[in-house]
Amino acid sequence: MQKQSVFTSRWLPFALIAPQLVIVLVFFYWPAGQAVRQSFLLQDAFGLSTTFIWFENYRDLLSEPEYFATIVRTFVFAFAIAMSSLSLALLFAVMADKPLRGVALYRTLLIWPYAVAPPVAGVLWVFMLNPSLGVLARGLREMGVDWNPLLDGNQAALLVILASAWKQISYNFLFFLAGLQSIPKSVHEAAAIDGARPMRRFWTVTFPLLTPTIFFLIVVNIVYAFFDTFGVIDTMTRGGPAKATETLVYKVYVDGLLGGNLGSSAAQSVILMGLVIVLTAIQFRFVERKVTY
Amino acid sequence: MVENEGIQRYVAHVILWVGIAVVAFPVYLAFVASTQDNALIANGQMSLLPGGHFLETYYRTIFVGTSGTTREPVGMMLFNSFIMAMSIALGKIAISIISAYAIVFFRFPFRMTVFWIIFITLMLPVEVRIYPTYKIAADLNLLDSYSGLALPLIASATATLLFRQFFMTVPDELLEASRIDGAGPFRFFKDTLLPLSRTNMAALFVILFIYGWNQYLWPLLITTRDDMQTIQVGIRKMIVTSDALTEWPIVMATAILAMLPPVAVVILMQKLFVRGLVETEK
Repeated sequence: MQKQSVFTSRWLPFALIAPQLVIVLVFFYWPAGQAVRQSFLLQDAFGLSTTFIWFENYRDLLSEPEYFATIVRTFVFAFAIAMSSLSLALLFAVMADKPLRGVALYRTLLIWPYAVAPPVAGVLWVFMLNPSLGVLARGLREMGVDWNPLLDGNQAALLVILASAWKQISYNFLFFLAGLQSIPKSVHEAAAIDGARPMRRFWTVTFPLLTPTIFFLIVVNIVYAFFDTFGVIDTMTRGGPAKATETLVYKVYVDGLLGGNLGSSAAQSVILMGLVIVLTAIQFRFVERKVTY
Repeated sequence: MVENEGIQRYVAHVILWVGIAVVAFPVYLAFVASTQDNALIANGQMSLLPGGHFLETYYRTIFVGTSGTTREPVGMMLFNSFIMAMSIALGKIAISIISAYAIVFFRFPFRMTVFWIIFITLMLPVEVRIYPTYKIAADLNLLDSYSGLALPLIASATATLLFRQFFMTVPDELLEASRIDGAGPFRFFKDTLLPLSRTNMAALFVILFIYGWNQYLWPLLITTRDDMQTIQVGIRKMIVTSDALTEWPIVMATAILAMLPPVAVVILMQKLFVRGLVETEK
């Protein structure tokens, strides 16, 4: 699609585009290019000499059992966060889509946590579940659970998943509600006249019509679990205990912080870039086509 | 509709209240903790009702800070966060609207190349290029500065796309008409396009302000001085690994203060917020 009538000027369009272009080139393309370049290089400990070593950094990285474990862990986190927050959000959205008294208030009270930053969400949950003074931890101990996420890796993982999923409920709720409201009421009425009970109506009519929203949200939630959980992890567990909560992004951060292997850290970044490209491509495909029936 | 809806409605009310409780409980607890005595909390004796230390805790948090870890008062952090969020939101809107203007209303060589260059940055979030970006910022002397906090985050593919889409729907006749009135590219932009884009800009501003306020990884990297850190970074440094030293009422008051501006924006400007969110994410 193109405009028929436009302005003509030799310099003005370039002047208008320049600020954005400069920032994009300096802070996006240059660093990304550096990451790609470094991922093919081997640098000695003092940074004095570099050798071009093709894919050796990648080969070393992928043959490390520890890196493989991090990949698996990240996907488990993403799955757990997406499933729990999506299902809760869908339940709340279906309820808030009914013509109830005070429904506008319910909606407001459910969407505000969108504005809570991931590190703050982490702080809130770490306080509630702190083994020595947390209110929820006290309850757990009274129930006989040996709760100590500072030592138990699985419990620490649960902590991160809980806080991350909690923060994401409102986002998913909002998009589910929008999706539900775009389904014409007549479809429900037709199904009701055919004698379908509410539960059956939900699974045979509403749910299939929601698939575009669901696909979209699954991708968004995976991206969220991969990248935005950084703040949650950093405030709650800092990747520990014994790396039980270290995701791919957190590993890049920690490995670089220790100033260790530049090549390996760059290779990790490039692998992440590949992942984002795939996820974004999937997202745009679904947005383009709008899976409808 | 058709069936008896009494029970269903009752169930819906109950489920929604449970949902609100789940969502609000951690925040309620944070508020309660921020009004209680630290010794009580550290002993695990915290009450579930607000205590009497509200004014004292918030005064200390905003103007004094914790005694042990970061001595910086949270008032300063709030100020830094505010500057950062405002510069990111306004900066993104400003540079995106003029790039979209150039792409839609002008013909120039490499027009679509430029568009794609901006578009592809969607796939390069800061998390995948952490250290090289840090190095560039360090080389440009941007560490511990407001421009360092904001500049690298100011490019926006989504905002540019959004304005481009909107400009495409502006009828050609408007441009013809203002041309006949003798308006050049600057006048047309200022008198016609900007007023038309007002709602879009407002919706975008709401989303981008929250985005900027909630940044974490970048400010963590780029600030080393305590008086330059944002509230999101400052709150992490207040939590000390040994629980006894953490001043929980102050940490929780800081959490509440960190949430207050963006949550207020969502609640007070709910219509704009929802519109902005749906438009930027679709």
